[in-house]
Amino acid sequence: MTFPILTTTLLAPILAALIIVFLPKENDKLCKSVAAVGTGIALALSLYVYFGYDQSVGGLQWVDFGQPVPWIKDLGVTWYMAVDGLSLPMLLLTNLIGFTAVFASWNVTHRAKELMILLLVLIAGVMGTFIAQDLFIFLLFYEIVVIPIYIMVVIWGSSKRVTKEYAGMKLTIYLLMGSAFLLAGVIALFVNSVNITGIADMSFEGLAQVAFPEQLQIYLFALLLIGFGSLLSMWPFHSWSPDGYAGAPTAVSMIHAGILKKIGGYGLIRLAIVVLPLGARFWAPYMAVLGVIGVAYAAMGALAQKDLKYVVGYSSVSHMGYVLLGLASLGIIGINGAVAAMFAHGVMAALFFSMIGFIYERTHTRWIPDMGGLAHYTPKLAVGFMMAGMASLGLPGLITFIPEFTIFVETFKVFGLLAVIGIAGIIITALYVLRAAANTLFGPARPEFSHIKDLKGPEMVPLIVLGTVLVVGGILPSLLFDMIDSGVAPLLAHINDVLQIGGR
Amino acid sequence: MNIDFSLITTEIALAILGLAIFTLGLIIPRSARKGLGNIALLGLIIVLGIAVYSWPNQGETLGGMYIVDHFSSFFKIVGLVAAILVVFGFRRYVAANVGNYLEYYSTIVFATLGMIVMISAGDFITLYLGLELMTISFIVLVAFRSFDVKSLEAGIKYLLLAGMSSAVLLYGLSLVYGATGTILFAEVAQSIIDGSGGLLLIIGLVMLIAGLGFKVSAAPFHMWSPDVYEGAPTSVTAFLATGSKAASFAILIRVFVGSLTGIQEHWVMLVAVLAALSMLIGNLIAIPQTNIKRMLAYSSVAQAGYIMVGIVAASQSGVKGVMFYSFIYVFATMGAFTVVAAVYNKIKSDEIADYAGLAQRAPLAATVLLVCMLSMAGIPLLAGFVGKFYLFMAIVDGYMWLVLLGLIMSMVSVYYYLRVVLVMFRDDPVDPTPLKMETSVTITLLIALGVTVFLGIYPGPLSEIANTAAQSFFTP
Repeated sequence: MTFPILTTTLLAPILAALIIVFLPKENDKLCKSVAAVGTGIALALSLYVYFGYDQSVGGLQWVDFGQPVPWIKDLGVTWYMAVDGLSLPMLLLTNLIGFTAVFASWNVTHRAKELMILLLVLIAGVMGTFIAQDLFIFLLFYEIVVIPIYIMVVIWGSSKRVTKEYAGMKLTIYLLMGSAFLLAGVIALFVNSVNITGIADMSFEGLAQVAFPEQLQIYLFALLLIGFGSLLSMWPFHSWSPDGYAGAPTAVSMIHAGILKKIGGYGLIRLAIVVLPLGARFWAPYMAVLGVIGVAYAAMGALAQKDLKYVVGYSSVSHMGYVLLGLASLGIIGINGAVAAMFAHGVMAALFFSMIGFIYERTHTRWIPDMGGLAHYTPKLAVGFMMAGMASLGLPGLITFIPEFTIFVETFKVFGLLAVIGIAGIIITALYVLRAAANTLFGPARPEFSHIKDLKGPEMVPLIVLGTVLVVGGILPSLLFDMIDSGVAPLLAHINDVLQIGGR
Repeated sequence: MNIDFSLITTEIALAILGLAIFTLGLIIPRSARKGLGNIALLGLIIVLGIAVYSWPNQGETLGGMYIVDHFSSFFKIVGLVAAILVVFGFRRYVAANVGNYLEYYSTIVFATLGMIVMISAGDFITLYLGLELMTISFIVLVAFRSFDVKSLEAGIKYLLLAGMSSAVLLYGLSLVYGATGTILFAEVAQSIIDGSGGLLLIIGLVMLIAGLGFKVSAAPFHMWSPDVYEGAPTSVTAFLATGSKAASFAILIRVFVGSLTGIQEHWVMLVAVLAALSMLIGNLIAIPQTNIKRMLAYSSVAQAGYIMVGIVAASQSGVKGVMFYSFIYVFATMGAFTVVAAVYNKIKSDEIADYAGLAQRAPLAATVLLVCMLSMAGIPLLAGFVGKFYLFMAIVDGYMWLVLLGLIMSMVSVYYYLRVVLVMFRDDPVDPTPLKMETSVTITLLIALGVTVFLGIYPGPLSEIANTAAQSFFTP
């Protein structure tokens, strides 16, 4: 029996939330500090796990308690917390963003205590999905995050183009509808696995060994694709994303765009593609088409937006199109690229939203035509904004370049023309990002903004932490790629085995 | 005919309790009658103890008219738990809004007795006996606030419609008797296997579904429930929604899955359609409601739809799903109605709009209402999620459309539950003074919260018990 370090990481924010429950609500600085400590511990532990992972061995490591602990016997559910090269980047991303999201909300004074509690619950929920190696536990965490988000949006959100109630409900209903399909797929998957093997086993490893008939795989994969796809804001299930982000408070936008969406991509690999490879092969071309449509359509959408949050909201839909495209290639390079792109986009989007949040706090507007010349008064904020923007358009030297590159290398091989359309999306991205940055930050200084102050103190944390990751990940991509490769390679080997035998 | 009294100790104890409350209430002075609530509570806890203690006892008595197995014991415990929570959690509410302790508490006990007799019924006569004892007690209870027009209206509605449904049920029973020549469930099953049946049996079966569908408030036999739920004292509403429903589901399973299995092809589709209708109508009509009791009434129609899914399966896993879900449903519903009653005590309103800022005035009550509603919607980490998982698991082969419909409709239900959450958590209260809850209410809320969360995270033990019980149903 080993020390359950992953469970501890999971419990750190929850424990912090419990402590905050008993703190006086007037003392919001104290509440925020406790939240920062809780997420900081989780971040430190996940860094420790990340760098302590032995890539030469690969596979699932850091298994809590040394082995899966039986949880619900008749469903074959086990408390199976472990990480591999696929989970680890996601775990690290979660805690990076969770930690910085606390600081991005540092200036919130309205019911700050409750905000911190919900934020911590949310972080723990997301973390759980990435470290659970059991489908049922994964599902528990998958759905629980929806409710805190709803409450956070309706209390601390902002009503601009749409009311925050509308945004929150749209977000919630879309995701829950997706999860209804997902749940139906999972129940059918589990019941069929029991019918085939006679053993109830909910672990991803166990399910991957079950030889589901091809027709069933195709049918189940479609259900899972709708479920995970709507979380990944796959076109045409994407429209919650811009509205939702616009209505949400900064911390929720950061977490939602940064990590929550990635659960969709993660689930597609971990569950849909690995467990149902034949289904994946059938649906891959459709996924690629949907991905490309998403890339192009959302980029065009972003081009037309004048609200900063809508720009980033559409841009994140567009970036998720690349992820979908990479996954659809079903090749090692493409999937590696997709996972790396999820990590990179997470960091980038979180930085973007935190900077927009700070701008909005200062200027009380996100309307691009109303702004301009902010860089004169807030150079640090401008640096953060520009870094995020450059990362968004895939500037070499930043973390996002190589993932996009690798995705295109693989998808060009597999899909040809489709990949070309996808690449063209980058040009549009450059257009809207640069235009937004130019009209917001640069140009002549405007006297009405002369009173606003630059980032200082705790507000610097998101910029420093996420900015460092953007740069380090760009300069030393092997830190990320080797890890992902060690996780994806064995999964891909398994998929190829199944596909070659073809049907089994 | 030999009578094995050891099998019916629970029933005897409950009957004694009911009579004891009644006589004691007549002896003691009027002013002391308030204490009858404590006696009822204590008595019910003892009866629950007896029921739990006699879990290992299985068998038939009274010549097969009375069946005691793990299946019936399980539902008896569910019914008794509901009764205990009703007596305990609503003490203040009863004192402030109902009165007449003597009649109130003894009628509650007799309603419970009716449920328990019905759950154990082994033939149609016992079924009808238990059902009527329960129904008549409830008619009295629903109309208990005789000074309140709404309560009287609800009582009359319930009286008329329950009478109707009883008549339909009774006619159905007589047709089944006519077709098979017996009233014992076991013999009915045998006679169907031997080839009796035909149109007469089918018509009888449809009438049975209609009659029992009324009791579980499945659409389209749900029309009474919103009015009755709204008008009845909240404590009675809670009992009606939990105990009465759970007992009716037990007998539905006993009759259909246990006895009419031979003609499954005639009723499975019918029940599936009723389940689908209940989910659709219940969830969709709940959306525009502004009164929380009416909203919960429609939501309980939807809940009946989910539970019926387990009957559609007509298998051990389906029955197990029904048992698991009934158990957790009792706690979720009790928690929700306890909050409603406690809030009514303070602000004298059941309108959702008046719940504004409840999260700041009474954080525990708001949290419990949130958790209970989300559990009914099937959000994970709460027991409702696991319950739905078990239920839908049972029918995923063959009834995928019903699974999808059920899951989509439960997500729709999140919409109207969240509207309440919105009012409670986002809005600032008109009057910010904290609402102080009585200890008994707080304890009931904590129990509901604890059970709902615990079984959501660790459902193993209850699931195993339900499985054993479902097994005993199929292999006596």
